Amino acid sequence: MLACSSGCGQMQNMEQSDGDGSLAQVRHVVLVLSGKGGVGKSTITTELALALRQAGKRVGILDVDLCGPSIPRMLSVGRPDVHQCDSGWVPVYTDAQKSLALMSIGFLLEDPDEAIVWRGPKKTALIGQFVSDVAWGELDVLLVDTPPGTSDEHLAVLENLKKHRVDGAVLVTTPQAVSTGDVRREITFCNKTGVRILGIIENMSGFVCPHCSECSNIFSKGGGEELAKLTGSVFLGSVPLDPLLSASVEEGKDFTQLFPNSATFSVISKISQTLLNSLQTA
Amino acid sequence: THFCCYLFITPPRTRTKPRTCQHTDECLVFADCPGTTSEQAGKSASCQGCPNQKLCASGATKAPDPAIAEIGQKLSTVKHKILVLSGKGGVGKSTFSAHLAHALASDSSKEVALLDVDICGPSIPRIMGLEGEQVHQSGSGWSPVYVEDNLAVMSVGFLLSSPDDAVIWRGPKKNGMIKQFLRDVDWGELDYLIIDTPPGTSDEHLSVVQYLSSTHVDGAVIITTPQEVSLQDVRKEIRFCQKVTLPIIGVVENMSGFVCPKCKNTSLIFPPTSGGAEQMCTDLNLPLLGKVPLDPRIARSCDEGKSFLNEIPDSPAAEVYQRIVQSKC
Repeated sequence: MLACSSGCGQMQNMEQSDGDGSLAQVRHVVLVLSGKGGVGKSTITTELALALRQAGKRVGILDVDLCGPSIPRMLSVGRPDVHQCDSGWVPVYTDAQKSLALMSIGFLLEDPDEAIVWRGPKKTALIGQFVSDVAWGELDVLLVDTPPGTSDEHLAVLENLKKHRVDGAVLVTTPQAVSTGDVRREITFCNKTGVRILGIIENMSGFVCPHCSECSNIFSKGGGEELAKLTGSVFLGSVPLDPLLSASVEEGKDFTQLFPNSATFSVISKISQTLLNSLQTA
Repeated sequence: THFCCYLFITPPRTRTKPRTCQHTDECLVFADCPGTTSEQAGKSASCQGCPNQKLCASGATKAPDPAIAEIGQKLSTVKHKILVLSGKGGVGKSTFSAHLAHALASDSSKEVALLDVDICGPSIPRIMGLEGEQVHQSGSGWSPVYVEDNLAVMSVGFLLSSPDDAVIWRGPKKNGMIKQFLRDVDWGELDYLIIDTPPGTSDEHLSVVQYLSSTHVDGAVIITTPQEVSLQDVRKEIRFCQKVTLPIIGVVENMSGFVCPKCKNTSLIFPPTSGGAEQMCTDLNLPLLGKVPLDPRIARSCDEGKSFLNEIPDSPAAEVYQRIVQSKC
């Protein structure tokens, strides 16, 4: 505030010299979007990150869901203290090899149960600062997990990441029409904001009863693929509704290591491979 | 009461000064901003250099929005107002809101309205079977869309020209739309107004509560699913209700368990690892209104825009819904 009236010029200079410093060594930036809430954006982000890491990549996750940051729990990192270095916030590493880095807006907040009741402009300001201030270091892929919708957070993320470069977005939907309807709007959002759609993932796609192996399509079936056809997007795959997967993210365990032979993992791993190929060929 | 976002700020753990100044007419983001409605607005040391300083100092920001009184007047004929909230997305807020509306409207002597304030992801038109409907302007305001004679619906979805239309709006514009929904829709006399909200605790929620502050609101029904990943967001929503002194009618646990249609065994697809809504309600001393099982026919009914309660009235899920409605509303 006071800095503003006295040292604005100086601050601007600083920003310019920073440029996109914190993202300079990040090869690919991928947004995970969905118009609908609760379809598994955070779960898919987490699992994709774990699968990419297993493929030998250095991965970062940026969690910008202010009202409901879930990733720290899913990776069981708790609430670590976040440190600052000369080049910005130091992300939290989930392993000793520093192959999976996480920065959640949840880390910066005092009390995890506290409601963040902020209107848009304040969110925009914090996200803007947050996105450009993380010292990611060298990364192959940075996944950005977003809240549902097409509003302040999304615009803020885009505005700030675009200074660098955004490779594109992965859209997550569940199979029902109620969900694909919202994701159609998200596609329009991407088109309007010039974000390439890397593909659509259908989550919660069918449930195989552990007792009798009967497959029930609890949230219907095929909506994601249909949507991909309708909009001319790539369909990346269907992730089944797997209680082992929901239990893993609940407890913050690495599903990709616990159940490497499951059908669910093979789908996730295939999706991550397709994604990687499309990033590298683009 | 005017709820400036400032009043609810949890300070970031490590304070840093915003790099750039960001202002709007709605709120300020400076760490030391006294808030637009405070006595100190425009006068404190931290206001120096703020482009909104003059506006704040003039006292204009302290006056309540005149729309609040107008809305109070307009909705004085609505007997009961119920909000449906959840911190988490995709837990079934809209499904619950729609079925609550259907259940209440099954008594033909009651007038029921359902308002969808999810501006960016309006699902209510599809769930109510009203996709493609448009709102009409009449002398007394916007006319809602009627599903039945005694069941009116309003949603931003009725204002869009195609299902691909995205509403890419920032907060202040969404707030303006909500104000219009509450002030300018010709609801007529109502027994029940049910308000379906988007996930989170942000503009839409603050605006609804603020705009309804001069009328009586019965309270909020909170929807959750059994996992801790969902409950951790829902606890925040409960804190929100407490902060804005919105009474909580109770909590509904949705997607509670899945009964295989073939072998009839129950699977906990979304496991209640921390005790589910039941434990949370005990901890926070809130009534648990019921647990609705996962039933694929609910999602199908919603996609087809039909009432699950009419389609399969004797199913366990429909019975739970009916019981919740009978007990509380």
